[in-house]
Amino acid sequence: MSVASDFLKEVNRRSGEAVQLCFQCFKCSLGCPVTFAMDFLPHQLMRLVQLGRKEEVLDSHTIWVCASCETCTTRCPNEIDIAKVIDTLRQMALEEEKTAEGDVAAFHKAFLDSVSHFGRLCELELMFWYKLRTKRFLDDLWLAPELLKRKKLSFKPSRVERIGEIKQIFKKAAL
Amino acid sequence: MNKMRVAYYPGCTLETTAKEFDITSRSVCAQLGIELVEIPDWNCCGASSAHETNDYLAIALPARNLVVAEQELGLNVVIPCAACFNRLKAAEKALLSRTYTEFDYEGKIKVYDLLSFLAQPEYVKRLKKKVVTPLKELKAVAYYGCLLCRPPEVTDHPQPENPMEMETVLKAIGVECLPWSYKTDCCGASLVVARPDIVHQLVKRLYDRALEVGAECIVTACPLCHANLDMRQKEINEKYHKHYYLPIFYFTELMALAMGIEGTETWAKGHFVDPRPLLEERKYL
Repeated sequence: MSVASDFLKEVNRRSGEAVQLCFQCFKCSLGCPVTFAMDFLPHQLMRLVQLGRKEEVLDSHTIWVCASCETCTTRCPNEIDIAKVIDTLRQMALEEEKTAEGDVAAFHKAFLDSVSHFGRLCELELMFWYKLRTKRFLDDLWLAPELLKRKKLSFKPSRVERIGEIKQIFKKAAL
Repeated sequence: MNKMRVAYYPGCTLETTAKEFDITSRSVCAQLGIELVEIPDWNCCGASSAHETNDYLAIALPARNLVVAEQELGLNVVIPCAACFNRLKAAEKALLSRTYTEFDYEGKIKVYDLLSFLAQPEYVKRLKKKVVTPLKELKAVAYYGCLLCRPPEVTDHPQPENPMEMETVLKAIGVECLPWSYKTDCCGASLVVARPDIVHQLVKRLYDRALEVGAECIVTACPLCHANLDMRQKEINEKYHKHYYLPIFYFTELMALAMGIEGTETWAKGHFVDPRPLLEERKYL
């Protein structure tokens, strides 16, 4: 009889990792630079996945404030690609419409939307949609004139000519 | 001098917020006899937004650039941006494992980050001969950030916990590189938009640790690190009631300066923390 939960199996399948190998050595949590902003530390998150506690994991702030710095992945003695597991958990959370940090998710969505339109990132478009979705209109407003002064904001987006190839990639990604 | 041709992937930020990195990468390479051929019709690598939210985009977006570089140019790829480098390397590994058969990629070309490429002995030798203004007495810490080195399974970096390429390059132009323990610590990257509080805390710690060892500037190889350390210094000063003055350089800017390449004003003016007072004090300008 297998004691592995369905949640653990699904996380393993989608990430290609073996989360059950975590033996709670704390190395990931000791090296993680953003633990101060997390509700569960990385090793605790791995334990919750092992235990099949899907709700707590997918509702956690941890999966969104992880900066993807890859320190945990580099140092894990059991070679679990923890950052990859967290990528998978974010995707599962999005599918279930759970985002404890909605603004972080809104940023990623606005970023990819812009890339789908032009093939390259248009910062103005990204900020427009991000602000509209999050209603954080005043954030970073001081930056706009400073960037313009330094000719670092462009009103004419740089674009990919063979944009059809980009559209096809996005279609296949089902976004 | 043997002329070397390589494919060049600038990436999105090098056209906007990291223009200085693009300008100085191009001028420095030209002086060292490296011809950069821009990948035709390149597209965004997807950065962290793709790999954090969609596995297919995370590989397919950067993969398209590798296929174009191999098929249309047949040249090794050199990438200044650490984040783009990391994504193109991730795509390279995925394509070589043949999990994405829709991309026709044989793996005949190699993918380098610009820093490691320029730290190769032959280019360091050339660089030393090109120095006209050695940056003596400039005390700096080399700041690599995350994505040039980690994870080594992706980057193929031999020393992910203690990379030395930037020190090799900076020492060749006379900079005094101070040892510190935070060279590969994270700056918070794209969290700066949605959670600036996290980035402020991470970056403040980097300033404090750099100052603690006596640095008067921080040298980066990543547009995201540069943006967070340079653009946010004013905010961090206001928030924590501090008076940090730490110019943040791209390593290519200091190379251009030492090599006597014109245009220092142009890139210096692009910085939020004006580096000119420091450079004038040291009589490099």
